[in-house]
Amino acid sequence: MKHQALPQAEHPPQAPRKSKNTHRNFFQRFAAVPHVVWTVMFIVAPMLFVFYFAFTDAEGRFSIANIVHLSQYTNVFILSIAFALIATVVCLLIGYPLAYFMSRQSERAQKILMVLIMLPMWCNLLIRTYALMALLDNGGLLNSLLGKLGLEPLPIVGSYFGVILGMVYDFLPYMVLPIFTAMTKLDKRYIEASSDLGCNSWQTMTKVIMPLTLSGVVSGVTMVFVPSISTFYISQKLGAGKIDLVGDTIERLFQNASTYNVGAAMSLVMMILIIVSLAVMNKFSDEEGGMVP
Amino acid sequence: MKNFLSRCYIGLIFFLLYIPIVVLIIFSFNESGSLAEFSGFSFTWYEELFHDQEAFSALRNSLILAIISSLIATILGTFGALGLHRMRNRYVKQAITTVTNIPMMNPDIVTGVSMMLLFVAVAAFLKTHELFGFATLLIAHITFNIPYVMLSVMPRFKQLDKSLSEAAQDLGCTPSRAFFMVELPEIVPGIISGLMMSFTLSLDDFVISHFVSSPNFQTLPLYVYNQTAHNVKFSMYALSALIVAVILVILLIVNFAGSAADRKNKKGGR
Repeated sequence: MKHQALPQAEHPPQAPRKSKNTHRNFFQRFAAVPHVVWTVMFIVAPMLFVFYFAFTDAEGRFSIANIVHLSQYTNVFILSIAFALIATVVCLLIGYPLAYFMSRQSERAQKILMVLIMLPMWCNLLIRTYALMALLDNGGLLNSLLGKLGLEPLPIVGSYFGVILGMVYDFLPYMVLPIFTAMTKLDKRYIEASSDLGCNSWQTMTKVIMPLTLSGVVSGVTMVFVPSISTFYISQKLGAGKIDLVGDTIERLFQNASTYNVGAAMSLVMMILIIVSLAVMNKFSDEEGGMVP
Repeated sequence: MKNFLSRCYIGLIFFLLYIPIVVLIIFSFNESGSLAEFSGFSFTWYEELFHDQEAFSALRNSLILAIISSLIATILGTFGALGLHRMRNRYVKQAITTVTNIPMMNPDIVTGVSMMLLFVAVAAFLKTHELFGFATLLIAHITFNIPYVMLSVMPRFKQLDKSLSEAAQDLGCTPSRAFFMVELPEIVPGIISGLMMSFTLSLDDFVISHFVSSPNFQTLPLYVYNQTAHNVKFSMYALSALIVAVILVILLIVNFAGSAADRKNKKGGR
């Protein structure tokens, strides 16, 4: 009897100290070595070079001039953060109900909707952005239709609105998919239990469904915020070159060898900014629902 | 009523999501070079695209790069996952995992810029101007693919039942034979999904490639970027329409094959 119960008890998912009787041969012991060498050469070293370039001048001497120089880009940073935040919030406001409604369709409909949400994700970002620009541009279909109706053309391309619209359009699927996945994994019995215990549908939503899908929201927000704050193609196309975001500035600074140092400093600041905002969000969501993505 | 409203909402959002893509596909067949009015059906832009030698070489480059980089990333990542799985020091394990995931967490532009700076420094050290091109693109693509391979392989290692490998060894297998005969078949689905994921990521990547490429080795996204940088080119609408069509077909096949396999499993298994 005892023997039958053993296998389950003896093998919990992670048992690092139980592995004494698995024999590690030479091959298994050193299997990770090529990977580690690769990681050090092409992930760690490039990061060190970003630090090195950010804190040296053109002759390779230590200097903080690059960081100081960034103060002239304060407006660019503020604009980028604002755009990314707005785009993320709009994506969440549109995407959350969408994911919720999708998860309540029949299994067959869910499958079709899943393909429909993944198709734009698989299309290259350049193509999606270019398609949106073609539709909204001054010589595009929307404005020519408006002209036929005798209305003024809408100068969307080249405006702040256009750039934010581009971000929302491009990254909405990244918000919907993780939330939808969290919704489908949700145990339906919790929802039944909450209505049995007297919650109305709004209370069920805010007290049961939202906390339980928070992990999906967190990964959705991350997947929208990070590319939004660092994009440069969207602002180039839908901003018509008139709107400069952090991504555009970095891209421009790296076209000329003399501005690599400032560019590296700017990348470093952006990286730190993203790490801080993600850490804040994770802390916030930990306190709210006790969920760690 | 509620259900009707929610369907309307789904319909509206998907309509908005698809309208630019549909308009793009329709106007790729437009006779005149106009986005405002559809004047007549023609294949002009497709003809122009098919006569563009540059487009074909970009497609070929993209495929070569995606195949080689995904294969190397899968090998490195799988053995990396194996090594990490067997590693006893938890802190070293954690540290390696964290560093591996940096390209997945960082915005693409930072990954691209950081690799560019490394290559610039190496080029200065070697006193060469010819460094950028296929080799730098390959290194960059392998690097950003590895975390995704590990992401899909690692759970398979964690799910492995240790007693199976032990049983194989008790029955006379050497440890490496036990690995290849017993454990590897369990991990293969993870390896395949990692390979497919890195293949598509590599085909799709623009931002990182943008910083580590040179004009003499263009991938398809880089080609699209260069063509759309300044003026509107209608052959790019044709190319985009073709890409959308190919992706749609692949997605339908994958989904259809997947659901057919599911049905089979349900019939046989349960």
